[in-house]
This record gives sequence, C-alpha cells and structure tokens, in this order.
Amino acid sequence: MSKYLVDKFLFTIDRDPDLVERYRADPAGTVAWWEAEKANRILNCIGGEASTWLSFTGEERDALSVHDHVTLFQLGAHPFLTLTLWIAMFERDYPEPLRMQRDFAARLAHFNLP
Amino acid sequence: MPQFLVGKAPFYDANYYNEEREFGLPRLLLKGHEELSAHILRSGIDAGFDLAFSNELRVDHSITCPIFTVRPQNDLPVVPVYTNIFAPPLPRPERFVKLGRALREIIGAWPGDLRVALIGTGHLSLELGGPRQFGQHGPDPDFDAQAVRWIANGDIDGCLASVTLGSLHAPGNATHGFMDFMLMMGAAGYSKADYVDSLDLFHTMEAYFTWYPNGVGG
Repeated sequence: MSKYLVDKFLFTIDRDPDLVERYRADPAGTVAWWEAEKANRILNCIGGEASTWLSFTGEERDALSVHDHVTLFQLGAHPFLTLTLWIAMFERDYPEPLRMQRDFAARLAHFNLP
Repeated sequence: MPQFLVGKAPFYDANYYNEEREFGLPRLLLKGHEELSAHILRSGIDAGFDLAFSNELRVDHSITCPIFTVRPQNDLPVVPVYTNIFAPPLPRPERFVKLGRALREIIGAWPGDLRVALIGTGHLSLELGGPRQFGQHGPDPDFDAQAVRWIANGDIDGCLASVTLGSLHAPGNATHGFMDFMLMMGAAGYSKADYVDSLDLFHTMEAYFTWYPNGVGG
C-alpha cells in the first residue's frame, strides 16, 4: 500500500507549473519518469539521502497513468490534492466555469462517503 | 506534518503558485513580529502544546484572505498560526478549543503594549474532491445553520457534545476546517459574538463572526 506515494506525486506535480503541463500532456511518461527519478527523493534532502523503498502499486500506477481520478478516489488518494491538480490540468478544456468540477463530482456519485 | 505551527520570522512571503493559478491571488509580503512569535511559542510549549515553528514560512490564502478583507493596506505585523485540518491523523476538536483558549491567555499575558487581533479562518460544511462538491449550496445546510448558532451563541459545550473527528466527515469531506472555528470559540470563551453574518453561496456557506472583548472601542 503506497497511498502516501500517490499523495506525494500529486503534491509535487501540482506545485510545479512545468510538471503540471508535462503530466497533462504525457501522463504515462511522466508517472514512469517520476517513479524512477523522484519518488524516493525526500523533499528537503540531497540526492545521496534519498529513500530506498517507495514504489507505486500496479493499480496506483495505472490510475495515475491514465488520469483516472475515480480510481484514485477509491484508492484513498487525498481528494483535495487530486481536485486541485485536475482543475489545473483540465478546467481549460471545459466551455463554462465549474463544468469541470461538476463533471468531476458526477463521476464520483456512486461513492456514499468520502 | 506539524499539528500546530507558529511562524517565527521577520517577514512572510505569501501565496503559492497554485493559488495564483486557481484563485488569482497576488503575491505579497507580510511583516512578522518575532517577539510575539517567541512569546507564543515559549508560553504555548510550557502550557503543554508542542508547537512547531518555522523561521522561513511562505503563507497561503488562509492568512492572506483575512488580510485582504480586514486590513487591505497590509501594514501591520502578523504571527501566522497553522493548524492541521487536512492530513490525518488530526488533533481532536477539544484540542482546537483548548489551543484557542490558550492563545487568548498567552496573548493577554504578553507584556508588550500592543492591541492584538486574533483572526481565525475555517470552514462550515465543505466538500472538495468528492461527489458533493460545487453544488448550489454547501453540502450540508442544516449543519451550517447549527454551526452558526453554536459560534454566535458561544455554545462551546453544545458544539463539543455534537462534533467529533468522525462526525465531521458527514457534512462534507473538508468540514474538518470547522475545527478552526472551534479554536476561535475557545479564544472567545463562552461569549456571544458581537457581529454575526453568513452568506449562502454556491459550494459553501461563508460565515463571519467578531468578538470585541473590551467593547468596540477597546
């Protein structure tokens, strides 16, 4: 179980404008690169002090690689992190304000509790 | 992840890239007050709150929106206090009330001749990233009405009897931000608010409360 790593991915992508665009344009490639190069990097440490044990589960990697926010929600990814990043990546594709956010919610309608 | 964190810096740069992107917020620089920060940290730790601190802290909309609202000239020093309402495990509601009570006592005991405003920001019912987000109203208007009554009436005991970490998921998955209102109830004591207003917006209800411990002119 690596829910933490999913949240770390969402957090570190969301805070970097270049990575937001990269993840939007190439989700599978960005996830593969990030898992190989960044997943074990402790955010405030030099590279020589990286962690050695972090990786996605197959289900997490697959969901991130196809922008599947419904599965991310089901897996327990922090919903605020997912929402914020999804707004950054996809709000621009919708014709009117809030359509993207409401579509995002409608796809989660089968969940009873957060 | 600190549960409670106090800024201890001479300045605070403000707003993050993702807040500029999503909310259109500007960048700004706030002045700090290191002496009051040090006093709050020393007294808070001695009072049993293991407060974290930061000497280089970028602050976000939770700090800057109140500045835009109540002091847009941004000419007064601040001491930012952050609480963990988003990353479980969270402190329980009782802890927020106790910290609010302690902050009021600590600020009151500050030997400096300052007039200090204690400003808190929180949420009523709110859903972010879940199925109930961005509706026509907040996700739970009944909770919101009750919450406004608790705060307006200073009904700390009634609120604490009804609200738990578990129960706060029910009105909406981001409703744990209500515990910051509970912190302010702790600071206000059992006093009724002098000013109460709420706005039923789409997506969430916004509510505003003011207490003047020494009267409006005090």
